[in-house]
Amino acid sequence: MPNAMFQNIPFHPDQASSIARSVDQLHFVITGITLFFTFLIFSTICYFMIKYRRRSRDERPANIEGSLPLEIAWTLIPTMICAGLFIWASSQYFANAKAPDGAIEVFVTGRQWMWKVQHPEGQSEINELHVPLGRPVKLTITSEDVIHDFFIPAFRVKKDAVPGRYTSLWFTATETGRFHLFCAQYCGAFHAGMEGWVIVMEPNEYERWLNSGASGETLEAAGQRLFQERGCANCHVEAGGGRGPSLRGVFGHPVRLANGLTAAVDESYLREAILTPNSHPVAGYPPIMPAFQGQLDEEQILDLIAYIRSLRNEGEAQP
Amino acid sequence: MSTATTVAPEPRAATPLNYLNVEYGWRSWLFTKDHKRIALLYLISITFYFFIGGAFAVLMRIHLIDPQGALVQPETYNKLFTMHGIIMIFFFLIPSIPSVLGNFLVPLMIGARDLAFPRLNLLSWYIYMLGGAFTMYSVIHGGVDTGWTFYTPYSSTYANSQVIPAALGIFITGFSSILTGLNFIVTIHKMRAPGMTWFRMPLFLWSMYATSIIFVLGTPVLAIALFLLFLERVFQVGIFTPALGGDPLLFQHLFWFYSHPAVYIMILPAMGVISEIVPCFSRKRIFGYKVIGFSSVAIAVLSFLVWGHHMFVTGQSIYTGLVFSALSFMVAIPSAIKVFNWTATLYKGSISYDAPMLYALGFIGLFTMGGLTGLFLASLSTDVQLNGTYFIVAHFHYIMVGGAVMGYLGGMHYWWPKISGRLYPEIWARLAAAIIFVGFNLTFFPQFMLGYLGMPRRYAFYPAEFQFLNVMSSAGASILGVGYLIPLIYFAWSMRYGPIAGPNPWGATGLEWQTPSPPPKDNFEQPPAVADEAYDYAHQEVGLV
Repeated sequence: MPNAMFQNIPFHPDQASSIARSVDQLHFVITGITLFFTFLIFSTICYFMIKYRRRSRDERPANIEGSLPLEIAWTLIPTMICAGLFIWASSQYFANAKAPDGAIEVFVTGRQWMWKVQHPEGQSEINELHVPLGRPVKLTITSEDVIHDFFIPAFRVKKDAVPGRYTSLWFTATETGRFHLFCAQYCGAFHAGMEGWVIVMEPNEYERWLNSGASGETLEAAGQRLFQERGCANCHVEAGGGRGPSLRGVFGHPVRLANGLTAAVDESYLREAILTPNSHPVAGYPPIMPAFQGQLDEEQILDLIAYIRSLRNEGEAQP
Repeated sequence: MSTATTVAPEPRAATPLNYLNVEYGWRSWLFTKDHKRIALLYLISITFYFFIGGAFAVLMRIHLIDPQGALVQPETYNKLFTMHGIIMIFFFLIPSIPSVLGNFLVPLMIGARDLAFPRLNLLSWYIYMLGGAFTMYSVIHGGVDTGWTFYTPYSSTYANSQVIPAALGIFITGFSSILTGLNFIVTIHKMRAPGMTWFRMPLFLWSMYATSIIFVLGTPVLAIALFLLFLERVFQVGIFTPALGGDPLLFQHLFWFYSHPAVYIMILPAMGVISEIVPCFSRKRIFGYKVIGFSSVAIAVLSFLVWGHHMFVTGQSIYTGLVFSALSFMVAIPSAIKVFNWTATLYKGSISYDAPMLYALGFIGLFTMGGLTGLFLASLSTDVQLNGTYFIVAHFHYIMVGGAVMGYLGGMHYWWPKISGRLYPEIWARLAAAIIFVGFNLTFFPQFMLGYLGMPRRYAFYPAEFQFLNVMSSAGASILGVGYLIPLIYFAWSMRYGPIAGPNPWGATGLEWQTPSPPPKDNFEQPPAVADEAYDYAHQEVGLV
């Protein structure tokens, strides 16, 4: 055991995503600033301690009140450094906030104490996430119980899994291999065991993996089945003219609400519209849809959303 | 001596009456209205909690030597870090400098006989003890496992531990902080001696004043958050749990609205202590008095506007993140200004290396590191990697232990001769300061690296590649633990065997040094008056010591 302890000690995490290198650049610059000022303060203190050490009990140094130019200098310099870091870090964060178009969509659900991963093609896995090299992957994340946090250190990405809502993150893996996946928000007894692996594969291997195994029905197909079974289709008639609006082509577009506002139809909107429909009824339709809060589990909601996403207008690209 | 009209008498052979020997018996302590005795009640209580909280930390560090966890089950480990956090923050750090040194010194420093509301002051201590009793009840009856942050919906719906008594203990103790803050604000406004203008006050009082404002404005919000948690956990009122129609992130907003300013409750008083010690042991006026005073106030105000930086990865709007990031960077500026001014105070001084000064210089160095590592967390894109990891643990321990605890120990060494009338063995005190400095850095520096590598905090077991740095940290903790035991021993020893200190062993300015040590019950034999600024070391009589 003691020998194993000294093997493979990492001193910086893998840089395995498209953003890792640029985040690390900023990290190293701040490290440099930290070391510089720490060294400056430590060495100045040590120098003064030696140079101005008390040589006699009767010493009475001259009064120095302060210095306005110095105060201005050491206010402005930290202000400029902070402003520079703020701009750099924020622009990075903004640039990385939105997933690129055409990203692979994967759904992640956290629960005490495991990660459930659903691929739209129907593959599902637990505490593992298979992704292809070099293609953007967007994760839509939620939780069935408490707050968790989906963290892949090698990719420099992290996002809370919050019950009752969707959060998302995205990454493009740039190295094949196995990378740690951690829960980074304390979630109870086996928080430390809520970990797993992200497996980055060559694209053709990934295709083979995706099509292998007895992967039941796709999310879209499961959603279509639920849409019939739960009676959604009775009102949301696809051709229009039903008691509820047709859902063809709504995803990714704005919708007018009864209160005069418009809302963008995305995963979070659909989730709320299914669970608590009368919180924001669509303009032109009476608020008669029953609430499905407590009637559907997180996976069924994801199935329905996948189905509604697939109802595109003719000739429209996937949103 | 030009700062006051009273001149301290020389120590006499027969022990003069002072606040310690004027009365005896437990009633004279438990029903005392003397701020100095209440300060000692607090001192004993928080020292007790410090060593309880420290024992939990020792168990955690032993457990983490092995990646599988060497000592306890994960459920027990979760309770250890929760109770370490709750006890250290609410029952040691928050009351430490304000309730012990503040209680003792605020009236002495402004030349008053006592605080404005002596009975309220005693009540604060009883409230603190009642809150402590509830928290200790939860510890003895199985403990609580939510983390000191009590995040919902885990704490309100899912946790199967003593959440309610622990939260109730913190809720109650909060009122003790509020009353102390109220008392200090009124005292500083209304009871200053003739001639003690705002800009003649020692900077310790400025920091006490800024801290008191946070006590009074921030603590009620924590009480609200914990009360709502109580409502949901006990009566299933849907506030935070989505299944009941609540919003889980609302709790984090309420909690951090208090708990981020609470960081400044811990560090501002320590900054005040440093502002007293550095001029005294440099025999020089402090550099930039007004700048340091106003930066305390600026920090107190800004501290209420930065809570969202704890929530950058919760999925909050990126624009919200932007605003909180900018405001968090702004806190760095007054903190940096203070560090530069303390360092400049040393310039052309007459510097001695007595124990309080060693703690103060250690504080400046460690606080600098703690503050600078905050830049990583105010920066949105680097915070994503570091949030929720050991980097956070290292960062806030540099502020709270490297900063606040070093400041508290520096203050205890500086004013111990005044409090007890005795000197402690200087050589042991310097040795302890050095051991604590080394042990602290060895404990917490590796945790910065662990966090950057991606090790999440609050893990009862961890992947084997993180073991080396964890073992380093545990080794450092054992050194740090020894370092903290040494002062406990020599302070206790000095109360009986220490040499008599005399009124002003350091040759310090300030009214508290112009009355005998220990001070008489009513603080001053004659009401003092002030004619000069604080830290007037240049005009101090030569050969005073």
